Amino acid sequence: MKRGKWYLALAAVLLVSLGAMAQQVTIAVVWSGNELDVFKKVIDAFEQESGITVNIDEVGRDLPTVLPVRVAAGNPPDVAALPNPGQMKTFALQDALVPLDDLSNLADSAPAFVDLGKVTVNDEEHVYGIFLGADMKSLVWYDPQNFEAKGYEVPTSWPGLMALSQQMVANGDTPWTIGLESGAASGWPGTDWIEDIMLRTAGPDVYDQWVDHEISWTSPAVKTAFQYFGQIALNPEMVYGGPTGELTTNFGDAPNALFTKPPEAYMLKQATFIQSFIRDQNPGVEPLTDYNVFLFPPIQPQWGNPVLGAGDLVGVFNDTPEAKALANYLASAEAQAIWCGELGKIAVNTKVDPSIYPDPITAKAADIVQSADVFRFDASDLMPAAVGSGTFWSGILDYINGIPLDTVLENIEQSAVAAYAQQ
Amino acid sequence: MRTRRITPWLFAGPALFLLALFLVYPSIETIRVSFYNWNSTTYVGFQNYISAFTEPSMVNVFRNNAIWVFVFTLFTVSLGLILAVLLDRVRYEKIAKSFIFIPMAISMVGASTIWKFVYAYKPPSAPQIGLLNAFVVALGGQPVGWLIESPWVNNLSLIAVGVWLWTGFCMVLLSAALKNIPKQLMEAARIDGANEWQVFRKVTLPLLWPTVAVVMTTMVVFVLKIFDIVYVMTNGNYGTEVIANLMYKQQFTFQNYGLAAALAVVLLLLVVPMMVLNIRRFRRQEEIR
Repeated sequence: MKRGKWYLALAAVLLVSLGAMAQQVTIAVVWSGNELDVFKKVIDAFEQESGITVNIDEVGRDLPTVLPVRVAAGNPPDVAALPNPGQMKTFALQDALVPLDDLSNLADSAPAFVDLGKVTVNDEEHVYGIFLGADMKSLVWYDPQNFEAKGYEVPTSWPGLMALSQQMVANGDTPWTIGLESGAASGWPGTDWIEDIMLRTAGPDVYDQWVDHEISWTSPAVKTAFQYFGQIALNPEMVYGGPTGELTTNFGDAPNALFTKPPEAYMLKQATFIQSFIRDQNPGVEPLTDYNVFLFPPIQPQWGNPVLGAGDLVGVFNDTPEAKALANYLASAEAQAIWCGELGKIAVNTKVDPSIYPDPITAKAADIVQSADVFRFDASDLMPAAVGSGTFWSGILDYINGIPLDTVLENIEQSAVAAYAQQ
Repeated sequence: MRTRRITPWLFAGPALFLLALFLVYPSIETIRVSFYNWNSTTYVGFQNYISAFTEPSMVNVFRNNAIWVFVFTLFTVSLGLILAVLLDRVRYEKIAKSFIFIPMAISMVGASTIWKFVYAYKPPSAPQIGLLNAFVVALGGQPVGWLIESPWVNNLSLIAVGVWLWTGFCMVLLSAALKNIPKQLMEAARIDGANEWQVFRKVTLPLLWPTVAVVMTTMVVFVLKIFDIVYVMTNGNYGTEVIANLMYKQQFTFQNYGLAAALAVVLLLLVVPMMVLNIRRFRRQEEIR
């Protein structure tokens, strides 16, 4: 009798686990800390609604390295937060990604972002990535109270911005705080500077050519963009801590310089997502009163004020109903209300109620992004990994560390020639 | 009688099979892949090797590995030797040796993370959270970007971490060899009027030399492959790149299998002379026995 019961119990366990396995999906993510906590809330909501169990694989900042290895080994996660559209394109061309054109929530997504998730494979264009949320990058953060105390005014042009910086230096203040450190990804904030400057000095068409490597890294347009950045970043009086400070300050710690008493710096150029870092590390600060943003100003008047942005891209590797259900949920207004609402990101699903934005700053940024004439995606995310996640980042670090600009650009160009040939 | 001839093969067989599977086959495959392009679809001959040797950034990489080989080996072996000889004469020898050996118990990644904090830099007006910069500022100086300033400050800072980790290893081996030298030899030298330095130079060192040679070659072979310390502390930025880290980046981040394999083969070729020396010495020792 005992023996019989034992076998029954075993069979029951097997059936239950088989059943559980059937309704499971794994998702590999790059997020950690605050962002991961919010993502878990999104997943909890999905699990409750659908009854599917989700296993979150917290890979961390090494995801761009780990994911290709798993794909090559034939063991990819069901779903993954793709590091950038460049890598999405590589995976799509390898036939590793599942087309997502049939997801119902795509119909509600902002067209610009749906297009960014498309790749042409074998002459057929399909959507391979969906955006969970977007960031706007062309912003400068400042403390309005500090500005008022010293009589500084928000600039509306590049000469105005430089004049303001000069004014601050003359007063004995340090205008800028820049943080380039980010572990294996160090250097990426500098690439945002270069991209915004490129859009404003060379225009969106040259920007696109730069992304596709139709112009060389040593061309005057690129060199000029770096030189504009150098005017600020290489000048020890302009940046808190000077070049060494920039190289050793983590991007998430850089905003803290704005809130010390007395302030160590007055301006930080950074994307919308930095808000969650600001609020996390400086408890009690309020948007609009303690911190606000102004648009990174135009440089060449004819290019106006283009918007540079990026987003959190998700792709599906294994064609299972659970994986697609998860992807569809992440594209829904419900998921994005949680993700964007708590992190101050911009929702890609147009049905998201603007009131979910935690603050007027994000709402303002969302409005700008969704109605921009000229919107461009972060270039380093679109380029092949060897450049966009490699030599471009280390090029920024080398430039700030004193290596001559021509050498830096030649290095990047050499790696670009090899990298683009792989596509 | 027949079983006698097969038996050695039966004993060594499984080990040989594993060696073939995990060492020989991958080595041959790597050498093959190094002659192909980034995803191993087109044969490109020596193109990867030419890139590896002529790209301007590669000069820095080889320079850094050379600095590691010379400085790391010099310091670990000589410090290990000095410590072995000096500690031999004191009563607290065991405790001191334990302290010096303890860093070997930490993983390289753990040690690198610890030292990253020791080397941390904050702008001069802010309080220094890095131990080293806190000392420097307390003594009246300006904080230094230990991991940023290239090419000497940051490379030497990284090597210091390696030396901290591995001196204990050298010291322990050399100490064991030292204790094997009959005390009468050194006493005889002292009776003959030699001072301590002469005893060391003329008696101790020559007798220790075989062990010193083994330790040195072991350290050189080890340091040519250095990866963890560089990867965790600077990821090869600021002119600290080394061959193993670059190979890792090319293989996994940039997916350029051909170039990564070429770098691996270059590393193998650099290590081969050391291995030949080791094997020769081993053979000579076997002959003496």
